[in-house]
Amino acid sequence: MKRSKSLFAIPDFSLSPRIDQVGAEERASRFTKRSIKKESKLNGLKLVLNMIDLTTLEGKDTDGKVKQLCYKAIHPHDAVPDIPTVAAVCVYPSMVKVAKKALGNSGIKVASVATAFPSGQAPRDVKIRDTKYAVNEGADEVDMVISRGKFHAGEYNFVFDEIAAIKEACSDARLKVILETGELGTMDKVRRASDIAMHAGADFIKTSTGKIQPAATMPVTLVMLEAIRDYYYKTGRMVGMKPAGGISKSKLALHYLVMVKEVLGEDWLTNEWFRFGASSLANDVLMQIVKEKTGVYQAANYFSVD
Amino acid sequence: MEKTIKKSSLTISENGLEKKTSSKRLEVLKTYKIYIGGQFPRTESGRYYQPTNASGKKLANVCLSSRKDFRDAVVAARGAASGWSGRAAFNRGQILYRMAEMLEGRKAQFIEELIQQDSTKAKAEKEVNLAIDRLIYYAGWCDKYQQIYSAVNPVATSHFNFSVPEPTGVVSIIAPQADSLLGLVSVIAPVIAGGNTCIVLASETKPLCSVTFAEVLNSSDLPGGVVNILTGKPSELTSWFVDHMDVNATIYCESNSDVQKMMREKSALNLKRIFFYDKVKWNTDEGQSPYFIMDTQEIKTTWHPIENIAGSGAGY
Repeated sequence: MKRSKSLFAIPDFSLSPRIDQVGAEERASRFTKRSIKKESKLNGLKLVLNMIDLTTLEGKDTDGKVKQLCYKAIHPHDAVPDIPTVAAVCVYPSMVKVAKKALGNSGIKVASVATAFPSGQAPRDVKIRDTKYAVNEGADEVDMVISRGKFHAGEYNFVFDEIAAIKEACSDARLKVILETGELGTMDKVRRASDIAMHAGADFIKTSTGKIQPAATMPVTLVMLEAIRDYYYKTGRMVGMKPAGGISKSKLALHYLVMVKEVLGEDWLTNEWFRFGASSLANDVLMQIVKEKTGVYQAANYFSVD
Repeated sequence: MEKTIKKSSLTISENGLEKKTSSKRLEVLKTYKIYIGGQFPRTESGRYYQPTNASGKKLANVCLSSRKDFRDAVVAARGAASGWSGRAAFNRGQILYRMAEMLEGRKAQFIEELIQQDSTKAKAEKEVNLAIDRLIYYAGWCDKYQQIYSAVNPVATSHFNFSVPEPTGVVSIIAPQADSLLGLVSVIAPVIAGGNTCIVLASETKPLCSVTFAEVLNSSDLPGGVVNILTGKPSELTSWFVDHMDVNATIYCESNSDVQKMMREKSALNLKRIFFYDKVKWNTDEGQSPYFIMDTQEIKTTWHPIENIAGSGAGY
């Protein structure tokens, strides 16, 4: 861990770089112009599938729903051989044990949201207990939310300390920090929150809970990727990225891969450093993979329900 | 789109030939776009073609649709399927009637386009009138065919057993080449009257009326995506129309036996129903029948458990 290196150089976050929003949008739209066909498209689609955090975060989630999702994570589409599994299954803390058992030794990670997801409106000790509970249940990864209210009030130290405290509570579990960019309002704030999260020890920064619109967009993801790049140049530590919410089509997912490749480089093009938080994306990717293999456009009712 | 400054405008004479009258007005030519999901996009491919009439006059620049336009149209049609089939049958009838009303209101434009495409004034008028009447005909059938083709079936157990027709889903249609308006209406109407949604490839050589008909649809309460109209070449698109897994039935109106054979083979992939309306004379009564509705229906049979009726054994 090179975290110690960043600890003695905590910057003044109010001096985080300002973002040219028009420029970011323009730049992000360029990534959608790349043409990816045939074999590279097939490889890209498989990579996308392998980067998905298959997610169910609903009040009505039951053990059965989570087990079904885990089965789908291991067997996305058995009709076609050599299809990769997804990266992780993302659930609420109370479902971690069920998911862990259902996934067995498949190698698929269990990610759990924690810290009073999705609002984050709870006292710190509750958030820490929430996190420890998820980790003790067997979560490999923890997705926390930042306190957006405190962040907007300018209490960056509070946000920083909270992330650092949760990171400590995670012990070996990897920590993804959800900025909820839809509530941050401006690109400047997205960049600032990214800097705070990374310096406080985040292993991943993540755009959204999926409960707020707008969720992940390409310009916002670009701003965060650039924050990761700058942080990497400064400290030498790699931080992962997870756009979540609103990415449901393969084509869009491929655009994201292009963006990661062109901003961060190929080292980030694995599920260790890049994830998609999504539920319906998996089926669209599978349909496109089968289309590429058979040459025939596919119908949703030949694929598992998600 | 082609822009030409014309010093003369066209008027249509009795025999359908152009008569040039001098005018300094710059004529605004219509852009013929395709109709997908209630929108009028240009083809994704950016290609177009120029159909000509018998005298060699270029009619317009028309979208040469690609398989991706078709794919988008299937997505739109599938999205609209549950809403359209879930509407009350009576309401579907109202909407078909509304389509007829809107078509009646734009009669002159259709007649003009038919004349441009080599019809005579009398023939064109007759074709438009027939097309309107055909819509009314199927509007009437919307809430009646179910009663005629349903059945209560005698069974030996104590069940109430009945069969009802239900829409098959998404239907892809390669419309008749010759009757560019009447043929189009005659194949679309029974399919949507039965609660299906469809993607139609208009006549390649005579596409003008199809795009104008899409404008009629768009202003007649028909939800977007129920009817999607593409223009282009059947030779390019037919195989995609018939092998898309999300299409439940395909209708083909030409008699090319090689194409029919190819369609029979490809349709087996997802057990698609295919129908060849190659011998139908659309301008006669033969061109309208509730059996056209039934072609794209599936029969659902329900076994509903019942008690013995009046202690005398199963009643049905």
